[in-house]
Amino acid sequence: MVIYGIALLGICTLIGLIAGQLLGSWFGIDANVGGIGIAMLLLMYFSNTSNAHFKIGDMSEKGITFWSMIYIPIVVAMASKQNVIGAIDGGLMALLAGIFAVLVSFIFIPIISNFEKNK
Amino acid sequence: MNSFEDILITNNLITAFVFVGLTVYFAYFISEKLTNGRFHGSAVAIILGLIFAYFAGTLTGGEKGVADIAILSGVGILGGSMLRDFAIVATAYGANFSDLKSSGKAGIFSLFFGVILSFSLGAIVAIAFGYDDPKDITTIGAGTVTFVVGPVSGSAIGASSEVIALSIAAGLVKSILVMTTTPLFAKRIGLDNPKSAMVFGGLMGTNSGVAAGLAAVDPKLVPYGAMTATFYTAVGCLLVPSVLFLLIDLMF
Repeated sequence: MVIYGIALLGICTLIGLIAGQLLGSWFGIDANVGGIGIAMLLLMYFSNTSNAHFKIGDMSEKGITFWSMIYIPIVVAMASKQNVIGAIDGGLMALLAGIFAVLVSFIFIPIISNFEKNK
Repeated sequence: MNSFEDILITNNLITAFVFVGLTVYFAYFISEKLTNGRFHGSAVAIILGLIFAYFAGTLTGGEKGVADIAILSGVGILGGSMLRDFAIVATAYGANFSDLKSSGKAGIFSLFFGVILSFSLGAIVAIAFGYDDPKDITTIGAGTVTFVVGPVSGSAIGASSEVIALSIAAGLVKSILVMTTTPLFAKRIGLDNPKSAMVFGGLMGTNSGVAAGLAAVDPKLVPYGAMTATFYTAVGCLLVPSVLFLLIDLMF
């Protein structure tokens, strides 16, 4: 049943977010530490496990893949609710800081990705 | 007329589906007809979204883009963190464990390196603009990490609210730039495999920027980038108000 897939996705997301909140409070910071990452690992674990007791059926799978396909429209909605004015109004310094950080980070992506290959 | 509006408002999430659907359709039309498909439809859709958000902001004076317009309030739900996180987790379905493991080291390294790099660049710009109070420099550097780390660090070390506002602006600029420029650079920086996607997530860190940037390049890469990006803000909140603030404090 489709709802099983959605529910499994929900369970993974909630466990991840709760774990992330706990980690955050251990470190004494008011932020979710890797909750989404933990949730993703959980879901990957379930999607790679298949045995006599547990198997994600075809229909259940659709409950998960639907949400993974609706991801881009959600990102478009997210872009539509950004505070674009706030970013532009921050003035030249905020603009330069952002531009600088993004450009230099782009340069480092191939350097770090290739680092281990060349060793 | 009013009852028509009322229906759109009471069913705001459904209105949001229609709004986003039309935006995406229009975006793919532009992508095909005007750029010959060279600029990917989802990248165009994200940029269109940002343009709408800009005009909505000038119209309403609010901070939530089109979601501040009553009939489009559903876009706030659809694009809010709850559904976004839910969908990001869903992208992990079918992702490859061994890819994740083999790029784990590079991912973790890029995470720490990325936070320190963005912080330093933000701090250098702040110093260039004449800031000499370590609290101000740290807060602006923190904002350059992400717009969450800015206010978290700023209030932790007691920076003024103007500087905190600036730090949020710097973080917003970063996030929007990552959304829009990633498709332009993707090929040149080799952003086409799980490993470089993890490094990308670790270096950029901004959740919304990484989510949108990778979606526009190749949706298959989303889980890998999102995996490292999800730890970025936390690493920033840990490092900036402690180690990095002490370092800046020693220098000034």
